Amino acid sequence: MGDMVVIGELAPDGTLTKLSTEVATLARSLAEAAGVGATAVIPVAGADAAAAELAEFVTSVVVDGGAGPDATPSQRAAVVAAGLDGADHVLIPASPDGRDLAGALSALTGWGVLANGVAARWSDEGPVVVQSAFGGKLVTESAFIGGHGIVTIRPNAVTAEPLGSPGTVGTRATQPAGTIAPVALLDRIVAENAAVSIDDARIIVAGGRGVGGPEGFGLVQELADALGGAVGASRAAVDSGWIPYSQQIGQTGKIVKPQLYLALGISGAIQHKVGMQTAETIIAVNRDPDAPIADFADVLVVGDLFDVGRAMLVELRSRSG
Amino acid sequence: MRIVVLTKPVPDPASGGERLLPDFRLDRANSPTVVNGNDEYVLEKALKLIEAAGEGEVVLLSMAPADAPETMRKALAMGATSGVLVTDPALAGSCTVATTRVLAAALQTLEFDLVFAGVDSSDGFAGVVPAGVATLTGLPYLSWAAEIEPDTATRTVRVRRISPTGYDVLEAPMPALISGTQALGEPRYPSLKGIMGARAKTITVLSLADLGIDPGSVGSPGATTRVVDARPPEARAATRVIRDGPDEAARQVVDFLAERRLI
Ligand SMILES: Cc1cc2nc3c(=O)[nH]c(=O)nc-3n(C[C@H](O)[C@H](O)[C@H](O)COP(=O)(O)OP(=O)(O)OC[C@H]3O[C@@H](n4cnc5c(N)ncnc54)[C@H](O)[C@@H]3O)c2cc1C
Ligand SMILES: Nc1ncnc2c1ncn2[C@@H]1O[C@H](COP(=O)(O)O)[C@@H](O)[C@H]1O
Repeated sequence: MGDMVVIGELAPDGTLTKLSTEVATLARSLAEAAGVGATAVIPVAGADAAAAELAEFVTSVVVDGGAGPDATPSQRAAVVAAGLDGADHVLIPASPDGRDLAGALSALTGWGVLANGVAARWSDEGPVVVQSAFGGKLVTESAFIGGHGIVTIRPNAVTAEPLGSPGTVGTRATQPAGTIAPVALLDRIVAENAAVSIDDARIIVAGGRGVGGPEGFGLVQELADALGGAVGASRAAVDSGWIPYSQQIGQTGKIVKPQLYLALGISGAIQHKVGMQTAETIIAVNRDPDAPIADFADVLVVGDLFDVGRAMLVELRSRSG
Repeated sequence: MRIVVLTKPVPDPASGGERLLPDFRLDRANSPTVVNGNDEYVLEKALKLIEAAGEGEVVLLSMAPADAPETMRKALAMGATSGVLVTDPALAGSCTVATTRVLAAALQTLEFDLVFAGVDSSDGFAGVVPAGVATLTGLPYLSWAAEIEPDTATRTVRVRRISPTGYDVLEAPMPALISGTQALGEPRYPSLKGIMGARAKTITVLSLADLGIDPGSVGSPGATTRVVDARPPEARAATRVIRDGPDEAARQVVDFLAERRLI
């Protein structure tokens, strides 16, 4: 078996994403079980600070500047493909950029993809990847045929664990494999109402149609602040224009796996459920005791979300002294 | 302007009937098939662009079992001009690598200015096919579109790509491949006239032989991944229901949070 490659990814501000450290931890443990090496590649020129951070989690990190600063994920994939150097498996964060990179890398190598893994273990045939199928109705385990493949891993599926002593950092500039059509980046717009990212939040307080309007999200935000979490929403709230699409959780929004999911005025429709059902603890406040969310919440408070929410704020504030 | 929309027939997520057969293949008989949700959003955008331009065509492209025309009719009823279906018994059990190759080969037989796809599909959630198709066809790839603005005079297309903190403004020459989501706008309901008209629209059927693809390289024989186990998820513990007044309920919830070390 050849080595394992893990892709490190940067946030728009140039810092390493938390998900990269999670995926690196997983790659390290798979490589140990397989008795092979694990190398992280950050395919972004000049990502030295991020590389040093990633080296806390994996013994060898390479910054590959072959794709140029404004390269698209597909162009980065061409650099990764050319630098595989005998590796057989590539682990990639299942973020929007990571999925694009995985798709292009699969096309360039002909390797299969096991997407959105929530866990992986090593077997004689290679990695066995645990995935959630059909909106969580099934848990599947899949393997590669042919001895190599690409795995993408969801946020918060693995706990990042640093190494005892940090790994090494190197740089290179690999000539990309094949020509990927360029796309020009004209502008980067930071949304005025840019909210705290829900992607890897530990605590999410989410509001639905029951919140009733943009003002209602004031209470949702206050609760999120009191708990140190981020604000999420159902599609009904997003469609009503009460909160931006970036906060939507569910089938056509984000898939999240926080430690605590507090749902206020959300019925728990299947398309919402698929985005949050793997949260460790789910608490719902709903005045309808028969709402679908009653079937999968750990705690259901039957009552008005404004009354219960305000009382929770008072209780939280009194305990934090 | 001609826009090809990649449309994937998927088991209806709302049906609750999706399940796997003992050999881990999808049990297609147990749930109705619908057009993948994200594909409806990009289709809606394609229809709006053609309407705004006052001319053009929207062509659906699917790789699916032979009964797919039934599902494609729903998208034709929304207003698409015609459809292309790649179907072949040898495609059963295809993985994303084969799907990507087949869709790329089918695109080479079509003329277009833009190709649209959903960012991911509700059955697989892989979200890797569009980037792969763009790579194999050499098309510029613009993903996660919240807005799509083609300029026929300059033959370029601008896309607002959703980013973690807002959006990026991207531009590429046409033809290009663009993936999008719900942020593009709610899909229309087919009108009665649309539904009637859809029956008369053409769905061209292509086989692997038509595309010059070796049947042994796709489907189950060519698969790059396999399912080794499938099981229902671990059941969550029974729900604790609190029916007390707000103050007492809040106290119990905050106690529970403290117990689980969440505060
Ligand atoms: C293709 C497709 C994709 C979709 N993708 C998504 C997705 O990504 N994410 C998503 O969330 N949905 C998605 N949906 C929509 C989904 O089906 C539901 O319509 C949506 O989740 C409902 O949102 P909600 O729970 O906020 O609203 P509702 O279902 O209307 O529920 C509101 C709840 O609030 C309760 N309530 C009202 N007032 C109060 C109050 N004062 N106090 C306490 N409780 C109150 C009510 O009892 C009710 O249970 C999708 C649908 C389709 C067809
Ligand atoms: N069999 C298929 N036929 C047509 N389009 C497809 C097919 N598979 C995937 N696609 C397109 O690729 C998108 C992402 O699919 P996936 O990578 O399977 O999650 C879908 O939303 C479709 O636009």
